Amino acid sequence: MSEAPTLIETPEKRQTLSINVRDYALLGALVAIIVFFQVATHNKLLAPANVNNLISQNAYVVIIAIGMVMVIIAGHIDLSVGSLVAMIGAVSAIAVQHWHQPVWLAVLLAIVIGAAVGAWQGFWVAFVKVPAFIVTLAGMLIFRGLAIVFLTGGTIGGLPASYVAIGGRWVPGWLGKVGKLDTLTLVIGLVAALGYLVGQLVARRKLVAKNLPHESSAVFYTKTALVVGAILFLSYLLAKANGTPYVLILLGVLVLTYTFVLNRTVFGRHIYAMGGNRFAAMMSGVKTKWVDFFIFVNIGALAGVAAVVTTSRAGAAQSAAGTWYELDAIASVFIGGAAVSGGVGRISGAVIGALVMGVLNQGLSIMNVDSAWQQVVKGLVLLAAVAFDVINRRRSGSS
Amino acid sequence: MKDIVKEFSGVRALDGVSLDVVRGEVHGICGENGAGKSTLMKVLSGVYPHGHFEGEIEFDGAPATFGSINDSEAAGIVIIHQELALSPYLSIAENIFLGNERATRGIIDWHETNLQAKALLDRVGLKDKVTTPVLQLGVGKQQLVEIAKALSKDVKLLILDEPTAALNDDDSAHLLDLIRGLRDEGITSIIISHKLAEIRAIADNITVIRDGHTVDDFSMKDKDNSEGRLIKSMVGRPLNNLFPPRTKNIGEEIFRVENWTAYHPVDTGRKVVDDASFFVRAGEIVGFAGLMGAGRTELAMSLFGRQYGTKISGTVKRRGETIHTRSVNEAIENGIAYVTEDRKRYGLNLIASIAANITGANLRGVSTRGVIDLHKEIAVAEKYRIALNIKTDAVTRFTGTLSGGNQQKVVLSKWLNTAPEILILDEPTRGVDVGAKYEIYGIINELAAQGKAIIVISSELPELLGLSDRVYTIAEGRITGDVPREEATQERLMKLMTVGEN
Repeated sequence: MSEAPTLIETPEKRQTLSINVRDYALLGALVAIIVFFQVATHNKLLAPANVNNLISQNAYVVIIAIGMVMVIIAGHIDLSVGSLVAMIGAVSAIAVQHWHQPVWLAVLLAIVIGAAVGAWQGFWVAFVKVPAFIVTLAGMLIFRGLAIVFLTGGTIGGLPASYVAIGGRWVPGWLGKVGKLDTLTLVIGLVAALGYLVGQLVARRKLVAKNLPHESSAVFYTKTALVVGAILFLSYLLAKANGTPYVLILLGVLVLTYTFVLNRTVFGRHIYAMGGNRFAAMMSGVKTKWVDFFIFVNIGALAGVAAVVTTSRAGAAQSAAGTWYELDAIASVFIGGAAVSGGVGRISGAVIGALVMGVLNQGLSIMNVDSAWQQVVKGLVLLAAVAFDVINRRRSGSS
Repeated sequence: MKDIVKEFSGVRALDGVSLDVVRGEVHGICGENGAGKSTLMKVLSGVYPHGHFEGEIEFDGAPATFGSINDSEAAGIVIIHQELALSPYLSIAENIFLGNERATRGIIDWHETNLQAKALLDRVGLKDKVTTPVLQLGVGKQQLVEIAKALSKDVKLLILDEPTAALNDDDSAHLLDLIRGLRDEGITSIIISHKLAEIRAIADNITVIRDGHTVDDFSMKDKDNSEGRLIKSMVGRPLNNLFPPRTKNIGEEIFRVENWTAYHPVDTGRKVVDDASFFVRAGEIVGFAGLMGAGRTELAMSLFGRQYGTKISGTVKRRGETIHTRSVNEAIENGIAYVTEDRKRYGLNLIASIAANITGANLRGVSTRGVIDLHKEIAVAEKYRIALNIKTDAVTRFTGTLSGGNQQKVVLSKWLNTAPEILILDEPTRGVDVGAKYEIYGIINELAAQGKAIIVISSELPELLGLSDRVYTIAEGRITGDVPREEATQERLMKLMTVGEN
């Protein structure tokens, strides 16, 4: 290939278009799936209680997927997070129940252990150059085993209310109620929607002012209106039920923080540079080993957070907790448009991917579809999404 | 072979080449990098199937229409590529009979395999056990296994592409002896080599190819069979590249390398860069000429953050003071920039934006406390887009959408953005069209005018002659010449580039 002079003359417009098609197709697919299940379940899918469940049941996927998207952009994979969730959940529960430590310390401990385990795996991947697939496959076995050892095969239940609240309770309605709706939740929704709207408008104005490529106004306003509408609608539904779940606040903070890290920091840029072309990154002075290392420390810490959420929602630490979490997260990331070869992927994509999977789960459950068939459907959706991606990329000549 | 023409997407790699090889001879083929030698051999051996090129091939008195490598091998033509194609974890015997297994109905007869392999090893003079995994052998022995493999296929015409490029002197001598021995057994060989002394020592007839044409064809029995004739034929290309005018302003010495030595990263006994010493002055453009595999890129990469080689030794001085370049960051901090040879492999992230590539080697310049100022980044990229005339409507576009010349300008921008004092440019115009070449020469001149010390590594002699103030020649890892522009001719450089150990 490199012998003959290759002049890539792909029309630039087509390139941008195909990338955009990918983004909108994903969002469109999510909307289509929601509409389909809303009709098929006779409007039960978006019933306030179900929406509330959708969020708290899938919080762990989003948390882990945030870490996973960074791992996958860098060209690695992490199979150990599910087992890690079980092990850390066990230690955190033991800290509260057996060692009688305060809840905040148990949470901190969970995150620190997660980071430490991440450092362990990162060491093997980054410095010894053992493929991440192998390191984390080993981790998957090791941490599941340790979880069973720590819990001596059983469970630790009866966690204090403040611990359980993290994953299972709502922000109290300090502002009272408007009719039957929780005011605080409405206010949060309004602020979020406004924040999004202003952010989008400012960013767009800068692009237009500098004459950089931007979406056409029709597309931009449709998209923005859709998202603002979705946020407001969501806050309405939650206000109608129990208010704002704590985990939703947690998710919001994590998504915003990590979007910033990936898009705006040197560290985030190095991850993309490394995944896109590891040699070129090395030759540009990126400390690829340390970037690899910290990516794994990071996903470890996030697995610690996910462990707290999972344990508190279940009200107990179980040795079987977190089973298949890694695969849910990996599937979300790939449905969200990440490339298997690395270099491509976004937090927003991973979140939408997680939502697609979550809605499928929820919708099929409401329809009383057997869980075995749910798996079949989820598998086919994953395959279809990535196949769409591969074909799309090949057509635009950028694979 | 007669009037062979082969095009790659509009570029003529071969333009009417003819080659006449007599049965039972050793035929040498010479030519510069990119002259079309390897392409010609790929046509002959069926890598490019019949119908994908113009012209005729006649083998053993009959027209040959090979559709694949298998066809040509069935006829008795075997090609041994420069990069050996052995499977490292399989044994010698398994490799020899790979794809040609000693088997009945799919069941391999190991006794027969090993026995026949042993007989073949005896023929090529290799004493290792046939069950030894190939990865335990040095390159020289692997070469012999390749030849044994060819013999197992009843080879009539053996093609060797740069067979001694990676070998030491003993291994080379053994290989050449073996080829002579095979000739006496009636096997015809074609040898492609850059080492002119070697070619002249072994070949009966020599064909010279240049720019896809056959330019010379003579027998070693001819009166004029000198090295001079060879070199003249190889480089006889007119200087038809245009170079922008330049005002020279050469200052004091900025960069000096002394006794730089580096060994091969895997074959750690082999010196790839051998005691190289050179210097560059401010505002000076210094060319590095050497044939493929001479060690030019290895020299640059070992200097730039030790990205190549092991057991590296030597001193680097900047303005008389010793500096270290042990990591890429250290090299960059010391004002060195290295624009890599293969931009797609080492230079660019094609799936990232132009702006992200331009700031990629100096993100510090557009960030505060680890947070990138995206607007500043775009402003920086815009600056280079305008200065270097990168043809795109926006710097937020993917770099992969650019043409080769514009991609090269992005790599250049990336390194200029590190504010270097010493710039090493490795094949800066490879895969770049003529117009963009002229622009890149202009940029290089401009940088020299700013007082930067510039090193240009290039396979194209006319380019080096048109651009440089001085040219160093490299052969087999050693610097063999330091020629001022006024004294430099293609013939003189080629002679210095091809001096072997003997």
